[in-house]
Amino acid sequence: MFAYLLRRLLYAIPILIGVNLLTFALFFVVNTPGDMARLQLGAKHVTPEAIERWKYEHGYDKPLLLNKAAEGSAQFTDTIFFKHSAAMFVFEFGKGDDGRDIGTEIRNRMGPSLAIALPVFVIGLLVNITFALLMVFFRATYLDLWGVVLCVVLMSISGLFYIIAGQYFIASLWKLLPISGFAGGINGLPFIVLPVLVSVVAGIGGGSRWYRTIFIEEIGKDYVRTARAKGLSELRVLFRHVLKNGMIPILTGAVVVIPTLFMGSLITESFFGIPGLGSYTIDAIQAQDFAVVRAMVFLGSALYIVGLILTDLSYSWADPRVRLQ
Amino acid sequence: MTRLGTFPLGTILYATLPFLLATGLAGCSDSWNTPYPGSDKGANAVYSAFSERPKHLDPARSYASNEVEFTGQIYEPPLQYHFLKRPYTLIPLTAETVPKPHFYDATGKLLPDDAPSAAIAESVYEIKIRLGIRYQPHPAFARDAAGRYRYHTLDAAALADKITLTDFAYTGTRELTAGDYVYQIKRLAHPGLSSPIFGLMSEHIVGLKQLGATLQQAARTRPDAVLNLNDFPLAGAEVVDRTTYRIRIKGKYPQFIYWLAMPFFAPVPWEAEVFYAQPGLADRNLTLDWQPVGTGPFYLAENDPNRRMVLKKNPYFHGETYPADGDAADRQAGLLADAGKTLPLVDEAIFSLEKETIPYWSKFMQGYYDSSGISSDSFDQAVQFSARGEQQPTDSMRDKNIHLITTVAASIWYVGFNMLDPVVGGLGEDRRKLRQALSIAFDYDEFISIFLNGRGIPAQGPIPPGLFGYVEGVAGLNPYVYQARGKQIMRRPLADAKRLLAEAGYPNGRHAKTGEPLVLYFDTMASGPDAKSRLDWMKKQLDKLGVQLVVRGTDYNRFQDKILKGNAQLFEWGWNADYPDPENFFFLLYGPHKKVGSGGENAANYDNPEFNRLFEQMKDMDNGPARQEVIDAMLEIVRRDAPWIYSYYPKSFGLRHGWVHNVKPNLMANNTLKYRRVDPALRARQREAWNQPVLWPIALMLGGLVVVIAPAAIAWRRRERTTA
Repeated sequence: MFAYLLRRLLYAIPILIGVNLLTFALFFVVNTPGDMARLQLGAKHVTPEAIERWKYEHGYDKPLLLNKAAEGSAQFTDTIFFKHSAAMFVFEFGKGDDGRDIGTEIRNRMGPSLAIALPVFVIGLLVNITFALLMVFFRATYLDLWGVVLCVVLMSISGLFYIIAGQYFIASLWKLLPISGFAGGINGLPFIVLPVLVSVVAGIGGGSRWYRTIFIEEIGKDYVRTARAKGLSELRVLFRHVLKNGMIPILTGAVVVIPTLFMGSLITESFFGIPGLGSYTIDAIQAQDFAVVRAMVFLGSALYIVGLILTDLSYSWADPRVRLQ
Repeated sequence: MTRLGTFPLGTILYATLPFLLATGLAGCSDSWNTPYPGSDKGANAVYSAFSERPKHLDPARSYASNEVEFTGQIYEPPLQYHFLKRPYTLIPLTAETVPKPHFYDATGKLLPDDAPSAAIAESVYEIKIRLGIRYQPHPAFARDAAGRYRYHTLDAAALADKITLTDFAYTGTRELTAGDYVYQIKRLAHPGLSSPIFGLMSEHIVGLKQLGATLQQAARTRPDAVLNLNDFPLAGAEVVDRTTYRIRIKGKYPQFIYWLAMPFFAPVPWEAEVFYAQPGLADRNLTLDWQPVGTGPFYLAENDPNRRMVLKKNPYFHGETYPADGDAADRQAGLLADAGKTLPLVDEAIFSLEKETIPYWSKFMQGYYDSSGISSDSFDQAVQFSARGEQQPTDSMRDKNIHLITTVAASIWYVGFNMLDPVVGGLGEDRRKLRQALSIAFDYDEFISIFLNGRGIPAQGPIPPGLFGYVEGVAGLNPYVYQARGKQIMRRPLADAKRLLAEAGYPNGRHAKTGEPLVLYFDTMASGPDAKSRLDWMKKQLDKLGVQLVVRGTDYNRFQDKILKGNAQLFEWGWNADYPDPENFFFLLYGPHKKVGSGGENAANYDNPEFNRLFEQMKDMDNGPARQEVIDAMLEIVRRDAPWIYSYYPKSFGLRHGWVHNVKPNLMANNTLKYRRVDPALRARQREAWNQPVLWPIALMLGGLVVVIAPAAIAWRRRERTTA
């Protein structure tokens, strides 16, 4: 197990370097350091000298990947890529183009992102699994049919619609909850409910249908027939046996996203005014703040790799036949 | 059986528990939907929003309107615009008087005020500030009993528990000095600050360019050292005595006085820079760029640009009073009701981050924001047109005592021709006629009606209304695009455009000799469904002449790059006034400011020697008939040459609730929050009345769940029994 984990962590290093390189290449294909300077300095009274000064002050006055003017290892280290990327491997993200410390921003914004993402994940999982098991229980009946139809309908509606409809009906028309915003501590609870509710409802269609498919497949297996033959109630069959055996595909989808919950949701956070990492990423993309974009992509990749490792670990927990070597 | 039957209900209860809990908690306050839980409902506060977090709050750097909205209330330059007077009038803020420049020739001899510009080598502004002005409370000023600064030599241990400025137990203040203004002028040249006006000011302030080079050299020599600006003299800004400082300007630059009303020229105390320069503070986002230190009516008490920013009344503010010298219209509008009262009139201003327009509008309608702009989506809900075509609030707005505020912005939108382009550029008669034809064909009266809901007025030239040089009505029309019918201004008929096009060598939109169709290229940053309809409209305008328009959509960076290199043919752009002087618009067409080659603001690369000569003459003149005469001549030249299609002057619409008072649009002033007055009691009553929760949907939802679950439970029981 330890050797497996170590190997997976070592694999992560070239993957992260590759992701970093790709992000760097993609960003600088569409943006030059001069573009970034112009965006930061504004549209008025910007002189070529001011652009050069900005590039120098922010370390964007060097070659991108290879400094032919330098000698030795400085050819690679005295470049924009190295200067802006090397420190990330020890999670030193530096400062954004607005001068704010990225690490501090990430720490401050992680909480609000989790405040939404965690309940959505937990409640969503519970609701989806329950709904899926109920459909399986009533399989081949009208309840199952209409359940599937409902899922398809829910799946077919854009996520944005749920947000707008939720905001309109619950907050604007019925005045039951604040339409957007955030607050710390217990005062933050009213702000969390609506985005959580909307996100859970938006996810029911896809999630339940996927889990239903898994459970339907399981329910036709021999061990289920045996359980029934033993006289177990349908409840025990579903929740004790089918659910447990159906966990592997569920874990594949669920565990991998746990670490990435920190990253928040881009659209939900933006619409509900949640000051999380999702809206941070969106803002950085719009502001062409390479330092923040690069940090968030790096963090997202690292967390995704952690998620994949956790998924592997959870396989061996859920199915003793799986051995990590 | 029981467990199966209760499981879904348990899940449902679990799922709805936070909702019930949250609504229950919210129910403890006045309204369930209040976005300000736990706040004082009777607070004498302004509630507002910002859609984009500010990038910089350092007065040397902040320039964008969403930044100046904060810095304008915190920092105090020596001058300000009178809140009520029109045309815009500069008055002292921290200065004792509005300074008059003294002129000197190259030998240092004092010249008379009416000396010709060519003889003036230097203009000197001597500014005397008022006594007794103090900075906001701040830890940078805190001293111990021995008079030493408490927080200027912090080590890592002392910083361990300091996350925000409120974690510093002690604060202090001190009196404003002339040296603080000089210090800030030097900061404009600081290489680490990248001040957006350094390039412009280094052309005008004596020695600023050299100081920038010196500081850059010093920073490169010792990259980790903190530059102490007091060690670097600046010839163009010097302290005369404790309350007086002097600024030396190269030649004559009358518009400089307007810059003295902007936060760029506000004072910065050296103590603040020393305090924030200490290691470890920047990692906590404790920098002068994010935690301003000023003498203004407010200070930034809470700075969370990701959520909300709160300005609170500066306890040391110097007791400015509300103006008493407005006109009769101001008196009638109730804008003089607070004359003579000590400013500011509110205790705090709470700005919440609101990126999306739907929540913004909803909260405004619920009374949680005091004022709002009007997006296209909510325009019909908010504004209606009277029989005479005047905009007024709709009945539903009036029922809520919501007032409409309109004003024509000191801005212009235009379609520029690249004057270096071989097809549309140049000053030849045929090219001129081509541009005039296109100017007539683009029917911006129609555009304003279709796309702007009437929120704009057709432009007649580069100078927008409200600025000296703009002439109202028929006398001020652009005769190459419009014509007068009595007192009405009518766009010239399309036949005129076709005639001009033919005279330009393109009869019916085809080249007279080759017969090839005239194809023009339009570069734009606009994208998305809204933009598509606008761009289709533009194509349609040229279709009327038989000219093809190819739209080249691009992003902001590529667009800027094309303009910079002169690779665009037609393009759309706009300009907001920095200050209320026609020079700030005419300079966009001044030849030496061409984008190509000089990187200036003349994006059309227009270069007419006669216009340039008149510009140089006009920019140094005082407002009066002689200046108007020169401006008229300049307008005639740029209307005839038509380097721009003068599209429209945008009109801004806003709404305010009835409890908000002293609102008069002032497009130049950025410090008007101190005049704002609210009626908190009325606001609290209205909020309560407008936000009574509607509870039947919850009952309906729970009933619906029962309706869905009950048959399922019954069916399950039947099945269990059948199986058994």
